[in-house]
Amino acid sequence: MASDLQTDISGGDAPRPGDAPGDVILRTEGLTKHYGGVHALVDCNFEIRRGEHVAIMGDNGAGKSTFVRQITAVEQRTSGRIWFNGDYVEFDGPLAAREAGIETVFQTLALADHLDVPDNLFLGREIRKFNLGPFSILDYKAMHAATRRGLEKTGVKIPNIRNTIQNMSGGQRQCVAIARTATFHSKLTIMDEPTAALGVQETAQVENIIRALKQQGEPLILISHNMRQVMDLCDRIVVWRRGRICANLRKEDTDGEDVVAYITGAKTQPEYASAA
Amino acid sequence: MSHTPDGVGGLSFDGSGRSLPAEAGVAIALVLIVLAFELLGRLLMHDSFLLNTRDNVPGLFNQARLQIIILQVSIIGIIALGVTQVILTGGIDLSSGSVVGMTAMIAMSFAQVGEINGLPNTRAVFHDRGWVDLPVIIPVVIGLLCGIACGLINGLLIAYTRIPPFIATLGLMVSARGVAKWWTQGQPVSFPTPGYAAIGAGMMPVIIFTCLAILFHLIMKYTVYGKHTYAIGSNEAAARMSGIDVAGHKVLVYTIAGLLGGIAAIVLSAKNLTAQAGMGVMYELDAIAMAVIGGISLSGGRGTILGTVLGALIFGVIISGFTFLRLDAYYQEMVKGAIIVGAVVLDQWRQRRSASRF
Ligand SMILES: Nc1ncnc2c1ncn2[C@@H]1O[C@H](COP(=O)(O)OP(=O)(O)OP(=O)(O)O)[C@@H](O)[C@H]1O
Ligand SMILES: [Mg+2]
Repeated sequence: MASDLQTDISGGDAPRPGDAPGDVILRTEGLTKHYGGVHALVDCNFEIRRGEHVAIMGDNGAGKSTFVRQITAVEQRTSGRIWFNGDYVEFDGPLAAREAGIETVFQTLALADHLDVPDNLFLGREIRKFNLGPFSILDYKAMHAATRRGLEKTGVKIPNIRNTIQNMSGGQRQCVAIARTATFHSKLTIMDEPTAALGVQETAQVENIIRALKQQGEPLILISHNMRQVMDLCDRIVVWRRGRICANLRKEDTDGEDVVAYITGAKTQPEYASAA
Repeated sequence: MSHTPDGVGGLSFDGSGRSLPAEAGVAIALVLIVLAFELLGRLLMHDSFLLNTRDNVPGLFNQARLQIIILQVSIIGIIALGVTQVILTGGIDLSSGSVVGMTAMIAMSFAQVGEINGLPNTRAVFHDRGWVDLPVIIPVVIGLLCGIACGLINGLLIAYTRIPPFIATLGLMVSARGVAKWWTQGQPVSFPTPGYAAIGAGMMPVIIFTCLAILFHLIMKYTVYGKHTYAIGSNEAAARMSGIDVAGHKVLVYTIAGLLGGIAAIVLSAKNLTAQAGMGVMYELDAIAMAVIGGISLSGGRGTILGTVLGALIFGVIISGFTFLRLDAYYQEMVKGAIIVGAVVLDQWRQRRSASRF
């Protein structure tokens, strides 16, 4: 199953012979997802290298979140192939993707309303005092301490972390979801509109978290509608339109107006002409 | 103002202003209901509901009534502990009453004595095979396995097919009752060994219920199992995205509910010294009612074992109270129904109120 990148990939998008074999952290080929008759994702070839911060942009319903759900195995793709960290992967579920090292802030945040902040931060990988399989004893103290450290990074103000998520503001929830990815070490971080509900200060803090990831050389996929943010934080912009990739732009070679032209469909890069 | 260190970002939290947990409301309701019966008793029966009014018996409280209240809810209470966990995941278990009937029949068949008053007990189910006077561990293990098997069937159906829990457990409700009747062609199974009978003797059901309640209270609060149960009921998609094995966990929850049904069956048949195919009819609804009265939200994710225990006590108090007031069983059932609906309405109202804050 786990075949090597070099032998399996052919064609124009394949890593050039000069590349180090493990340079690409994530790569998709022909990734496609249909929901019944809805072709939400069509033939997407995407790649991100180590240390690279890539922005995904596109109109509402363009297929950005659908793309995230396929690579994190929240849903099973209709077709296409995925390589992660040098190996061909077929994750059977979100746990497998997470264990492989993909940390994700989902657009829906994936928080449990009736649980408090530490419970949500550690959902699915609780710190255990004694390991007794499913009946392992939780180490609340350690989880609370780590939660406080994680949240402080986001700059959010939460009066009481023992409060349940259902009693929190949209921005507080978003910060909890972001703190969750920031607390765990990962090989690839994905953030789906992480600052959509945040105030000015919290947005600045989250952008600082992203800059810190960059300094540590950790790759990031950032989905955002905020042009300034994307231009500030990312090396490359990939534009989605109606389920297809229509442009792959290096930040140095483009500007806001240009990107908008691709998003709206006024322009399409020649190599993606089939998307038009 | 007492500042606790629970806040982040420079905000402090005043713990004294925390709103009361739902269980506090249930506890208050329990006290109010007891007081109501006390008052009605004084007015209508010229007797006290809870206090000791007889001179020849020592003690402040009416010991006998308290024991009856606890004893009559403890067996269904054991089932309610499992049903609570199922409801917390957002599911429902309608099979538990039938599982009790079936398990009681099967377990009891392995617990029969070989001789009654010196004559061979020819009506023992396994008389011909000589499986009589077996050590008590055998019927107990068989009963537990029977409960586990039922729970496993429920869990596998619900987790790996898309059948809603309501339908899957309804199926087992009907089938398990069928097995209970088929097992002896409707004949009751009686005369257990003294060892088996001891399981249900005296206050044993109460002791077993209390121990299980404490055990599951701790499990729900302090273990990964408990946390995941709440997470799944709260937001199943989020639980899955967070990497929880939702299907596997559901199988475990229903299996534990089945196991608790098996325990209830053993205790019940030991207490009654007999097992009948009709045993446990409607127990599933009573158990659900206890959970709902105790503040367990039918939409999942909210409620505690403590709440269910309080719900069970309310249940027991109401039944005893009606008997005390010499009201017909018909009235009991009518009022029971109204209370269940009332508890669900209250839960919906609580949810709307917390949702309307946004
Ligand atoms: N489960 C589903 N069933 C059917 N259609 C779906 C499903 N999920 C998404 N879609 C459709 O797929 C398309 C892409 O949706 P997606 O959520 O990926 O958009 P997006 O690019 O993330 O948009 P936004 O910027 O609004 O978040 C939309 O047309 C949507 O209606
Ligand atoms: Mg989206």
